[in-house]
Amino acid sequence: MKPVSTITSPGVPLLIDNIDTDTIIPSREMRSTGRTGLADGLFAPWRYSDADKRIADPAFVLNQRDASGTRLLLGGSNFGCGSSREHAVWALAEFGIEAIIAPSFAPIFKNNCIRNGLLPVELPEDVVRELQWAMVTIDLANQTVSASGKTWRFAIDDEAKAMLLEGLDAIDLTLKHRATIAGWTDADRAARPWVYLEKRA
Amino acid sequence: MGRTLFDKIWDAHRVAESPGGAALIAIDRIFLHERTGAAALKSMAAAGRPVHDPARVFAVMDHIVDTRLGRGDQTLMPGGQAFITETREAALAAGITLFDVTDRDQGIVHVISPEQGIVLPGVTLVAPDSHTCTQGAFGALAWGIGSSEAEHAMATGVLRLARPGTMRVTFAGPLQPGVTAKDMALALISRHGAGGGAGHVVEFAGEAVRALDMEGRMTLCNMATEFAAMAGIVAPDAATFAYLAGRPYAPARFDEPYWADLISDPGARFDREIEIDASALAPMVSWGTSPEQAIPIDARVPQGTPRVHEYIGLEAGQPIAGTPIDAAFIGSCTNSRLSDLRRAAALLKGKRIAPSVRKALVVPGSMAVKRAAEAEGLDQIFTAAGFEWRNSGCSLCFYAGGEGFEPGSRTISSTNRNFEGRQGPGIRTHIASPEVVAASALAGAIADPRKVVTS
Repeated sequence: MKPVSTITSPGVPLLIDNIDTDTIIPSREMRSTGRTGLADGLFAPWRYSDADKRIADPAFVLNQRDASGTRLLLGGSNFGCGSSREHAVWALAEFGIEAIIAPSFAPIFKNNCIRNGLLPVELPEDVVRELQWAMVTIDLANQTVSASGKTWRFAIDDEAKAMLLEGLDAIDLTLKHRATIAGWTDADRAARPWVYLEKRA
Repeated sequence: MGRTLFDKIWDAHRVAESPGGAALIAIDRIFLHERTGAAALKSMAAAGRPVHDPARVFAVMDHIVDTRLGRGDQTLMPGGQAFITETREAALAAGITLFDVTDRDQGIVHVISPEQGIVLPGVTLVAPDSHTCTQGAFGALAWGIGSSEAEHAMATGVLRLARPGTMRVTFAGPLQPGVTAKDMALALISRHGAGGGAGHVVEFAGEAVRALDMEGRMTLCNMATEFAAMAGIVAPDAATFAYLAGRPYAPARFDEPYWADLISDPGARFDREIEIDASALAPMVSWGTSPEQAIPIDARVPQGTPRVHEYIGLEAGQPIAGTPIDAAFIGSCTNSRLSDLRRAAALLKGKRIAPSVRKALVVPGSMAVKRAAEAEGLDQIFTAAGFEWRNSGCSLCFYAGGEGFEPGSRTISSTNRNFEGRQGPGIRTHIASPEVVAASALAGAIADPRKVVTS
């Protein structure tokens, strides 16, 4: 995973509460069993006036000239609610989004972001509004967001921060505890044998 | 100080704590489905990571399978067949247990896991599906994850988790006739917001919860994710153990001390508490494009954003009852079990749906539910009333391409999400209980099931 450090980009506003992952990437846009080929379907219901023919809707913010090449999306509260589909994060990342600033994120989506090196930043709604179209710099190491001469501090849990900063793979990190897990499992198998199943024919 | 039910399950699964504050939590059961299963398993194979304990990993075919009778691998979704065949191949290669398309026990993951006794009180269970929280009805800690986390759980047997907060939602008093678990969930979310449970595991408690059968508890816990909660959970009781005992993957008896202790201690403190008077609840129906936009069926549409009113085509101040509908859907992991079908059929018996309802579907949650319903003649009631009777799957809870509702349709649906476009581009979805769906299909407009005269 690519490490995240600082991100500078105009803040493209999509300030709607409860934006769901069905809207970020509709089920019908998840056409292959892999993780790629999704950017084209990103926000398809809003981005295209005719999604089948891929006719862009000029009113949608990501189709506006000032949004081209953006790396930063500003969202409303409970961003990424609904389906757990990681395709939503894969589509955003493939499109070029590296960070999202919103008042709050839906929990599964937030975790999917962290596992894919997409930085979720939580700041109060009035701050998010202030960042609209501003040139915003996010400094993950210092946990700050700056724009127009002002700086705000954001919270992120230590582990998520470390994983993003260093681009760590969570599975590799956990597999370092392989011996601990094996020891725990042996003890648990004795204590809760009913948890463990035999493979059936 | 006493511990909550969540605390006890968490403590029993804590393998290690990392300096960053996350815990390694052992995962007892993992489910995959065909929408993402192939990608996760193939990604693991490519990385040379075997499945840690294949006997405790299961895959189902539910999300995009065809539900028409006589189905096979072919689906109406363009390109859909590859998801099924690739998941099957990857599941067989990994040595995990597969409930395949034409298996006798095929069904929606959160319906068949309890039927098979795979979910058990006090286990941790995850799946790359947000409605995994359904299974918290059995006193399990069950939650939805992404594909990367599914790989993590399969490869390591654990997940890295920050400890969530605890919340108790107490539904005091009994429910009135015609009011269901679905209405409890929608009432909670409408009052406290679609983000109201964020960061918390929610224990559902109180007289109305205890009185729910296991299927009702599943409906209630199913909607915990629409509340942004990590999980919903109900303390197991005699009803829970009676439901599970003797099922294929369950123990014959639940006599371990661990199970007897799966309750929140009397002195346990929750980070947040919500109390709702269940006796004052009415059947609920959504009016907008978020589950938080739900109102009692005899209420008027409130003022929302211009965007919501434009999409849903309803104005503030108009009564929600009487809104004409074009289609009706009974199914999904929320409301597709035998008791759901029985209650809907009781309203439909001997009647016909309105001619203006151009598409009406019943999609049982599993093939076992389908067989049980047919044994009682429910299929005859539904088809005589004008509903199509299908094989099991997630079906039109969401639109994957292929089969859909007619463009411009307004639907009444026993599902969990009324998002813009969820059931297809421009489709206006109203979510409600199976009773409200049945009553509305009869009337051709959103209708109160308490006013239906049954034969």
